[in-house]
Amino acid sequence: MLKIADKSFTSRLFTGTGKFATPELMSQSIQASGSQLVTMAMKRVDAQDQQDDILAPLIKAGVNLLPNTSGARNAEEAIFAANLAREALGTNWLKLEIHPDPKYLMPDPIETLAAAEKLVEQGFVVLPYVHADPVLCKRLEDAGCAAVMPLGAPIGTNKGLRSRDFLEIIIEQANVPVVVDAGIGAPSDAALAMELGADAVLVNTAMAVAKDPVAMAKAFAQAVEAGRSAYLAGLGAELRHAEASSPLTAFLDTL
Amino acid sequence: MSFAEQLAQYDSAAVHLNINSKTVADVERALAKDKLDLDDFQALISPAAEGYLEQMAQRSMRLTQQRFGKTQQFYIPLYLSNMCSNVCDYCGFSMGNKIRRVTLDMVELDSELDAIKQLGFDHILLVTGESERKVGMEYFRQVLPKIKARFSHVSMEVQPLDEADYAELISLGLDAVMVYQETYNRRRYAEVHPKGKKRDFDYRLATPERLGDAGIRKMGIGALIGLDEWRSDCFYVAAHLQYLERKYWKSKFSISFPRLRPCEGGFQPKSVMSDKQLVQLICAYRLFNPDVELSLSTRESEHFRNHAIPLGITSMSAFSSTQPGGYADTSEKALEQFEISDERRPEVVADAVKQAGYQVVWKDWDRVLG
Repeated sequence: MLKIADKSFTSRLFTGTGKFATPELMSQSIQASGSQLVTMAMKRVDAQDQQDDILAPLIKAGVNLLPNTSGARNAEEAIFAANLAREALGTNWLKLEIHPDPKYLMPDPIETLAAAEKLVEQGFVVLPYVHADPVLCKRLEDAGCAAVMPLGAPIGTNKGLRSRDFLEIIIEQANVPVVVDAGIGAPSDAALAMELGADAVLVNTAMAVAKDPVAMAKAFAQAVEAGRSAYLAGLGAELRHAEASSPLTAFLDTL
Repeated sequence: MSFAEQLAQYDSAAVHLNINSKTVADVERALAKDKLDLDDFQALISPAAEGYLEQMAQRSMRLTQQRFGKTQQFYIPLYLSNMCSNVCDYCGFSMGNKIRRVTLDMVELDSELDAIKQLGFDHILLVTGESERKVGMEYFRQVLPKIKARFSHVSMEVQPLDEADYAELISLGLDAVMVYQETYNRRRYAEVHPKGKKRDFDYRLATPERLGDAGIRKMGIGALIGLDEWRSDCFYVAAHLQYLERKYWKSKFSISFPRLRPCEGGFQPKSVMSDKQLVQLICAYRLFNPDVELSLSTRESEHFRNHAIPLGITSMSAFSSTQPGGYADTSEKALEQFEISDERRPEVVADAVKQAGYQVVWKDWDRVLG
């Protein structure tokens, strides 16, 4: 079972709330995914409104809320948004995302580290969205983050694990759960992330924009489970080429 | 290099000729690429691309859904004033037009805000004529905090201002500014703007740069389609966008493509853009730039707007009144800037959006985000 801070999860698939065609499709997809942790942008919800089209179905479904700071350009704005989320939603969990670049939504490592340090101090359970930067992930772990969320590819691109080599280093070195976030475009990408040893993945666009989001959510759930099982079963090493003979060392046998 | 300097390097006759001599092979080459450049954009708005409309639309839909989801952002314009000290041949607010001139006072503003809140909107666009003296910084300082207290996202479409003024308005809660060049053709610009401060082509052209320097979150650019030859003007908009995106990487951008419609004064457009060509343009902007917001106003008809939802559009206004005070008091119709074509109530437009398989987003910003 996956444990992050004080919570345990049987599902290693986390989801988001953006880009769905209707609130109904959103909640049906989240249900089909089996996800127990769902992120939503504070800028998108009206926290004062009990009938908010994103919040109301999530609260009804009983999933854990992971408010995020999307839209924040620097540490100061992210900390404001975090406190708004804690007050309005009654959770100290936070997906910290700071992107001064609204085009590719690239996370700012410097502001993210600064905000993480402050938010941990203020008692938040911080899950920062970052580049697949192994050193940054260690620094965030040292700062007291409950997990790290490195990207597989630019957010929303469905390009898969373009950052694979760095994800492998992060997974190898981490003492906190690693959640691969952003860029996962197909169930096979999610399965691969899990096979590499990621503790969980977060998927939004690939579900929301699929022809049938509910069926796609199910497919992701299966892929994440299969990938995790394969990781636990221990994958055989991949050989670069068949080796029928040993041209360099065969002479030893003839001696 | 400023954009004015970049613009000066284009030979307008050559641009016009280039676009119109693009071939089917140019269009296919553009469609085969992942990242399109300005040359590809020319091909996609050229007559040669008209046979590729469905292909362009399919790709535009996919790119837009991937980036923005199956959503449409809703906003409403609030006309604060129709006072204007410019003479613009194509505009109902033009100084010489004999219409009643109104600027909302604080009491009238409150009733407009009440009426708009009742309609469900949370993103608002403030619009004025250009009357520096009567509707200038002093007025904006007064109204902006009142409006920001009640709306999550506030944009402005008013006369161009200085950088320091923008910085001050941003500190009062301004999130976005729309400033349309109308036409990038200097000579034509002078013809249709015979009087007033707006005559200053270069001051207007440099406005997005002043906005970027002031640190604005989002800016909107565009040409008034029909003032000059539309293909060239829309090409310059794309070039302007590319210039601004590279320079102001922290700002978001949006493009509007208002087509000239009949208004008091009887101005005749120089080139008329068909519905088909507008679809071509929307898709071309999307293929050229997957991240830019594309906005469609109520100038367009119900029929067109319903079908444009999946084509690449990301934000829409609804139930707009272009006269100051028009939401609280719906009786008077004599002060409009231009005629609205789609007069449906917001919930009716929202239903059409839902029917098309899209979710209406009323709120996508928050005051805490500065």
